[in-house]
Amino acid sequence: MSSIEQAGLYVHVPFCRTKCPYCDFYSVTDLSLVSRWLEGLQKEVSYYKDRFDTFDTIYLGGGTPTLLEERDLTVLMDSLFQSFSFSPDTEITIEANPDDISLEKLLSFRDMGINRISLGAQSFNDDELRFLQRRHTARQAEKSLELIRASGFENVGIDLINGLPEQTESAWIKTINRALDFRPEHLSCYQMTIEKRTPFGKMSAAGNLKPIDVNRERELFLFTSRFLKENGYIHYEISNYAKDLEHCSRHNLKYWKHNSYLGLGPAAHSFQGSKRWWNAKSIESYCRTLDERRLPVAGTESLSAEQHQLEMLFLGFRTREGIDYEIIQGKPQWRKVISQLDTSGLITIRDGRVVSTLQGFLVADSLSLLFQD
Amino acid sequence: MRRIRNFCIIAHIDHGKSTLADRFIQYTGLVNERQFRDQILDTMDIERERGITIKSQTVTLPYTTRQGKIFELNLIDTPGHVDFTYEVSRALASCEGAVLIVDASQGVEAQTLANLYMAMEHDLVVIPVINKIDLPSADIDRVKKEIENELALDPEEALLCSAKDGVGIEEVLEAIVEKIPPPAGAVRKPFAALIFDANYDSFRGTIISCRVFDGSVRPGDTIRLMSNRATYRVEEVGLFRLTREPKKELSAGEVGYIISGIKTVSDTRIGDTVTLDSHPAPEPLSGFKAAKPVVFSSIYPISTEDYQSIVEALEKYKLNDAALVYEKDSSVALGQGFRCGFLGLLHLEIVQERLEREYDQSFIMTVPSVQYQFTLNDGTKVQVDNPQYYPDPIEIQSSEEPFIKASILIPERYMGAVMKLCLERRGVNSKFSYPVPGRIEISFEMPLSEVVVDFYDRLKTITQGYGSFDYELTDYRDSNLVKLDIMVNGEKVDALSLIVHRDRARQWGVQVCDRLKEEIPRHQFKIAIQGAIGGKIISRSTVSAFRKDVTAKCYGGDITRKRKLLEKQKKGKKRMKMVGSVLIPQSAFVAVLKADNE
Repeated sequence: MSSIEQAGLYVHVPFCRTKCPYCDFYSVTDLSLVSRWLEGLQKEVSYYKDRFDTFDTIYLGGGTPTLLEERDLTVLMDSLFQSFSFSPDTEITIEANPDDISLEKLLSFRDMGINRISLGAQSFNDDELRFLQRRHTARQAEKSLELIRASGFENVGIDLINGLPEQTESAWIKTINRALDFRPEHLSCYQMTIEKRTPFGKMSAAGNLKPIDVNRERELFLFTSRFLKENGYIHYEISNYAKDLEHCSRHNLKYWKHNSYLGLGPAAHSFQGSKRWWNAKSIESYCRTLDERRLPVAGTESLSAEQHQLEMLFLGFRTREGIDYEIIQGKPQWRKVISQLDTSGLITIRDGRVVSTLQGFLVADSLSLLFQD
Repeated sequence: MRRIRNFCIIAHIDHGKSTLADRFIQYTGLVNERQFRDQILDTMDIERERGITIKSQTVTLPYTTRQGKIFELNLIDTPGHVDFTYEVSRALASCEGAVLIVDASQGVEAQTLANLYMAMEHDLVVIPVINKIDLPSADIDRVKKEIENELALDPEEALLCSAKDGVGIEEVLEAIVEKIPPPAGAVRKPFAALIFDANYDSFRGTIISCRVFDGSVRPGDTIRLMSNRATYRVEEVGLFRLTREPKKELSAGEVGYIISGIKTVSDTRIGDTVTLDSHPAPEPLSGFKAAKPVVFSSIYPISTEDYQSIVEALEKYKLNDAALVYEKDSSVALGQGFRCGFLGLLHLEIVQERLEREYDQSFIMTVPSVQYQFTLNDGTKVQVDNPQYYPDPIEIQSSEEPFIKASILIPERYMGAVMKLCLERRGVNSKFSYPVPGRIEISFEMPLSEVVVDFYDRLKTITQGYGSFDYELTDYRDSNLVKLDIMVNGEKVDALSLIVHRDRARQWGVQVCDRLKEEIPRHQFKIAIQGAIGGKIISRSTVSAFRKDVTAKCYGGDITRKRKLLEKQKKGKKRMKMVGSVLIPQSAFVAVLKADNE
């Protein structure tokens, strides 16, 4: 993991060819809006010029960034490079969809300086991919990975989903083994979350989709962690694994460590110091505000010391870096909680930090609630 | 002064005091028909909901006699339940006479007698009245005999009335004027008035209810409270006529109020004497005996920041309920709080409810305890009403607990179930009587501790609401007592500790462990709940850990949302107490007191 003081840059590309029924990120399928969005984005970039110090990550997320035409992506990257300064070893990630991948495209990514690919494979089982309404097949995902390796990317992440309603453990083992065949530097294994406002959320509310039993979900989580550790991966965040410390997602770590980040594009969130702000969600209002020569900020908040502390706790418990023990030691009423959690095997104290164990990861969201002032 | 009569109505609970007071108010035209409502003097919500009088209320009735003379009748309505005897005794000190009501079908009951004795102690003229003569089951001859034999009053003097139907009201009013003497006392003597009640009004300060024995007081005078010599300028004096009615002067014989901007709540003490600063009375009037609590419990704020607010609420509440006694208490688990003493169970419930409703307080109340007596090896005797002060067991030579005589009135068909309950609760020496056909009165000698927790609720449940229960303290008896501690994840929750008879310890321990298991939410870790005597575990239960709550994704756009959700949950947890590392909800402390739902 590299220097923590530098800021991260996120660009939200809010376009998808089709919407996946489980996803609640903001995106639209009307690709005619791309040029308008790109114009807006360039304006937004110019507003933030000189407002942030050096960045050492760029993350093109979505939506589906690989949907963009090569020339649009070039315009985007050029405008970033012209307006901001970057450290020489900047990690530049693009989220990629298997059905968009071609060797040509991959080579153009490399030309633009993109050095990390996060492939949304989700599964290597065609039934599951159909259930998730993905546009690619298992074979296509495998093919994409072959091409990614062939085009010379040495920092590759694969996104997988487990905990699908009818998923068996053996199906999951097959998927995960298939992913390991490509020796990815990074793996994200997300457990399916049924979000209210998604089509899956609506199906679930109507009783047409039964979420997985919590005990099975738990077993899958534990299994995944143990299995990937056996295969040499570090479980460095609830859903994230890396081959070694160098390959943890430098960009994502900033979210969990309260580092600065600037989010560009509709619905993107930014954080600096104790201030957080977020952009208007719809492309239309995002662009219109920028046309009116204003920043498209839809909301801001300034964290109080108490809020900052709460975030530090719940974010800290999600990662293997944990929380500085000094902070806890200063509060006598917290020491008791720490010793209880230690005895219960939910946390451990190492190298001056309080860190969740694997069991602790399972309940990381509420651990912070035990620490009251 | 010759035209003033101060009297009260005393009776066993439900014999019709408040209804008779209603009729007096209507008959004397104090309110018109439109303004009138039943039990008009029961102003508190709790009184109206429960249909009982808790507080004495004062009202001045203008009454024109048959001969056309106008009198001022000061009526003090009093509670009937045994827990509020203290309230009655204070009211009696302000009167010269009492109307003693006896129910025409129930006859003389425990509180009839107790109240009569109290009236006689105060040298009051007693007018017996047989009420509810309209009832089909009324048996006037039998009741007259009871009045003669059990109360030693002249049955021929007993007046007949039906407060419900308004029959015989005038006769009772006439008797009040004729038989009860006018108040003694001299207007020319230095002012002396006895404080028998008080109320706190946030605009006007303390409002003192008092009976003037000598002299008079007017707005502008400077009064002195004799116990602490605090002085105040009188703003207003007056009479109670359902609402406060200001008057130019309050003088000997009258019952009324004084407002003098007393903002320091603790300056006013029930039983104190008010006099004038310029011409003080030579000595204070004899006050009241301090109330003697029999049931004890501690209250703790849920959040430590509410402590001060509870302090103030208790001070103000105490003004209006002199029978409540309290002192500071502290618990390792719950922090700073108060140990409170109550006159009985109903009193405890009423205090709890009034503090919550009228004073907007929320707090944790610990398991009620009685006062135990321990004789130590060196011969000293100690009284312990708080399990925290349970003596070192090695030092204890013998232990005793208070016993009561419990009287339970039920329809005959519930007898088996009620007997079973009483025997479970260590009842002995049962006796039966049949006061009315179909109904049975069971009396038992039982430890008071067995009825302080959930006894009445259980009785009501098994008799489907038909059972009534009353008790009187009798004596202390030897008892094999132990202290039961409750531990949550190894941490002793001292607020749940209890002194209990050894034979009942296990059952109680099991009940508390089961209750807590239901009430304590799942945590991230397993929680062991144990009941222990000394170091020995006698009961246990476990709250299993919850399995998983973490969400898969938490990136830039998720953090604020997640924090807000946690903040909301954190707020919810404010109503919980952190004991060690376990959050115990307020409801858990209440739940352990509830009957098991067999």
